[in-house]
Amino acid sequence: MSEESGEDEPTSPSFEERLRAARSRQGLDAPPPLTGRDTGDVGGMSPWGIGLRVGIEMVSALVVAVAIGWGLGYLFGGKPIFIAVFVLLGGAAGILNVWRLFAPRPTRDRKVQDGGR
Amino acid sequence: MAAGGSIDALSQFKLEPVLGLDFTQSNVMMVVAGVLTFGLLWLGMRPRAMVPGRLQSAAEMAYETVLGMCTETIGPEGRAFFPFVFTLFFFILFGNLLGVFPFFFTYTSHIAVTLALTVFVVGLVTVVAIRIHGWHFFSYFVPQGVPGALLPLLVPIEVLSYLSRLISLSVRLFANMMAGHVMLEVFGAFVVMLGAAGVIFWIPAGFSLAVNVALIGFELLVATLQAYVFAILTCIYLHDAVHLH
Repeated sequence: MSEESGEDEPTSPSFEERLRAARSRQGLDAPPPLTGRDTGDVGGMSPWGIGLRVGIEMVSALVVAVAIGWGLGYLFGGKPIFIAVFVLLGGAAGILNVWRLFAPRPTRDRKVQDGGR
Repeated sequence: MAAGGSIDALSQFKLEPVLGLDFTQSNVMMVVAGVLTFGLLWLGMRPRAMVPGRLQSAAEMAYETVLGMCTETIGPEGRAFFPFVFTLFFFILFGNLLGVFPFFFTYTSHIAVTLALTVFVVGLVTVVAIRIHGWHFFSYFVPQGVPGALLPLLVPIEVLSYLSRLISLSVRLFANMMAGHVMLEVFGAFVVMLGAAGVIFWIPAGFSLAVNVALIGFELLVATLQAYVFAILTCIYLHDAVHLH
């Protein structure tokens, strides 16, 4: 009787909590990686990792844009207007990529709705 | 290595034909990686024990990790893409890990290889999206809640952002692997050059050796992490393709 009431009602939530705390302290549960995983893992990255990631995202958009602009210019008789326009678009796309990396997301569900982008 | 007193850090990435055939050491390592992956699964699962042994545990963990990655990131539809992601993950993982061994070649340190993988991934993602959503796929490039006047500006930006995956995914893997191996080579050359320069330089030589030991450990981490990142990003792109907005 006293055991039941003592274990079930007041102490069992705190026991659960203590167990969870102990498990996470020992690294048996791993909730933090799950949150970082969906967004393309910016969460648990070192500053170096974030810097590299951001740099790659920005430069890659620019590289694609310059390639397309150069190719279009080459196709249409060497006009420089294409590369000029596409460099600007590529820079914007790079910023967009970085924004997607760090964009604040209200809830998990909304993130999934957005396509996790 | 340290030829003629200068550090030649890039010749390690040169492709050489094996046995005079039109088959480079890079291709050999790809075959080795494939055989090892197949061997891990085949030999590991042969006992079919209820309580798995070490190799069977490894095989089961490999399977479950990638399956979890697929179903958690893509959703229930992710099971359909499991074979693809599994193959991709283990091809890259074994390529990265084998590269850490001396005299072995890291095929993932060539942009030709990583770009080919990425083109395949982005191509597959696009085909899946078009197959599932038809023409609706192109609404992916139209951001929601944007005035129509801005669309001529924003749609090209979205398309470029989509295409930039090709570069970002391939360059991330290639750059990480190449940078790591260049660092190993540079510090390895320090050991040889300082060691040959005289007794007084043996202390910095020993320091370089210690750095190299640490770098090998770091390379193991990077090798696994980059394979994981490549696979998880593939899953995220597939999720976008399956669920679209």
